[in-house]
Amino acid sequence: MSLAHRIIPCLDTDGERVVKGINFVGLRDAGDPVALAARYNAEGADELVVLDIAASRDRRPTFLETIRRVAAELAIPLTAGGGIRTLEDGRAVVRAGADKITVNTAAVKRPELIFELSREFGAQAVVLAIDAKRGGNHWDVMVRGGRESASLDAIEWARTGVAAGAGEILLTSVDRDGTQSGFDVMLTAAISKAVNVPVIASGGAKSPGHFVEIFQEGAADAALAASIFHDGVQSIRTLKEFLAARGVEVRLPC
Amino acid sequence: MKVTIVDYGAGNVPSVERALERLGAESERTSSPERISKAQALLLPGVGHYAALVRALDEQNMRAPLIGAIQQGVPFLGICLGLQVLYESSEEAPQLRGLQVLSGTVCGLPSNVKLPHMGWNQVAATRHSCLLEGIESSAYFYFAHSYAVLDSNGVPAATCSHGAPFAAVVEKQNIFAVQFHPEKSGDAGAHLLRNFLRIAA
Repeated sequence: MSLAHRIIPCLDTDGERVVKGINFVGLRDAGDPVALAARYNAEGADELVVLDIAASRDRRPTFLETIRRVAAELAIPLTAGGGIRTLEDGRAVVRAGADKITVNTAAVKRPELIFELSREFGAQAVVLAIDAKRGGNHWDVMVRGGRESASLDAIEWARTGVAAGAGEILLTSVDRDGTQSGFDVMLTAAISKAVNVPVIASGGAKSPGHFVEIFQEGAADAALAASIFHDGVQSIRTLKEFLAARGVEVRLPC
Repeated sequence: MKVTIVDYGAGNVPSVERALERLGAESERTSSPERISKAQALLLPGVGHYAALVRALDEQNMRAPLIGAIQQGVPFLGICLGLQVLYESSEEAPQLRGLQVLSGTVCGLPSNVKLPHMGWNQVAATRHSCLLEGIESSAYFYFAHSYAVLDSNGVPAATCSHGAPFAAVVEKQNIFAVQFHPEKSGDAGAHLLRNFLRIAA
């Protein structure tokens, strides 16, 4: 009896429709978030993440409506984020039905945001998203959708964010994202070892073997992927059966 | 029968409402002491900080009617913090008093494991559990917490373990409580809620 490793599909949206970037550029439409949410809920996904990657102010009401419609389909936890800049932004996504809030660029600019959200909703509801890119012998924190360096060391930032009240780290390898060449095992293991909160690995997943690797060697508590699930390259049910057969503890759907 | 959901502002109230709706159960959410006193069945969801729940119950005068209803035998289901608040106090906010309808205290989980205890875990029944009836013993439930009842005097109906064993399911007469979130626990969670509705009917 121990915690199952979680498989988390991610819906990157423009507020309304699911899109997925290849290395964060060249977006293409991948579908209706509500239909995908219902499918993943039924297939045995352990959680769902919905991000507003456009995060433009005037489209915010559309994104909140998307969260509401997605939440209505789910009997599993929902994390939402993208463009969360203030406590009020956080309240709006929680009121719309999210169980957890992810923060990224705004938290780098103003780390107190993590503390404010954690004080109001509890650490279990605050997910610090870190986009990390290798630079020499360390990893740089990238902001603004992976385009700009924040001149921060990813390991240091993870520690700072946890001390400020983040209850989980959503760690995306900018180098691997969209490449389908596998998760960044070294990066994930380094962050997982540096903090005492769960780490969700993201970026680069394609084959079931990549998931075995990130759980067994990368010490990830959860793994997130988008396009391989949306495109049907990988079904969550088959992936979990594969993992279970290789000794990775997962929650098998009935 | 209508389930009265105690709404102190917890984020998981809408999920609980939806979960009950899917099961065809009628529910109302309230923070009114009168409505709580008249409830046929009570559900106290909770998520976040212990102090927020206790302060809300006191500021909105819900403490006395809740304790009164529980003592009169109204079926009660506590979820997550709604379990923890039944006990005497919590290390998360030592200056505050819980509802004290169960003996024991809420403590921090040991820090030799990752915290919060977040994700899907299994529970082990220690005796017959009405809430777990008909649910496979291998079923997983969704947890998201850093505090738990480690030293419960009344033996819990089921335990879970994360660094240390803790109460996952509590059942005492009309008092039912779970440390996990049945409203977020897929089919197993829905089954558990259905069991509570059947017990309460």
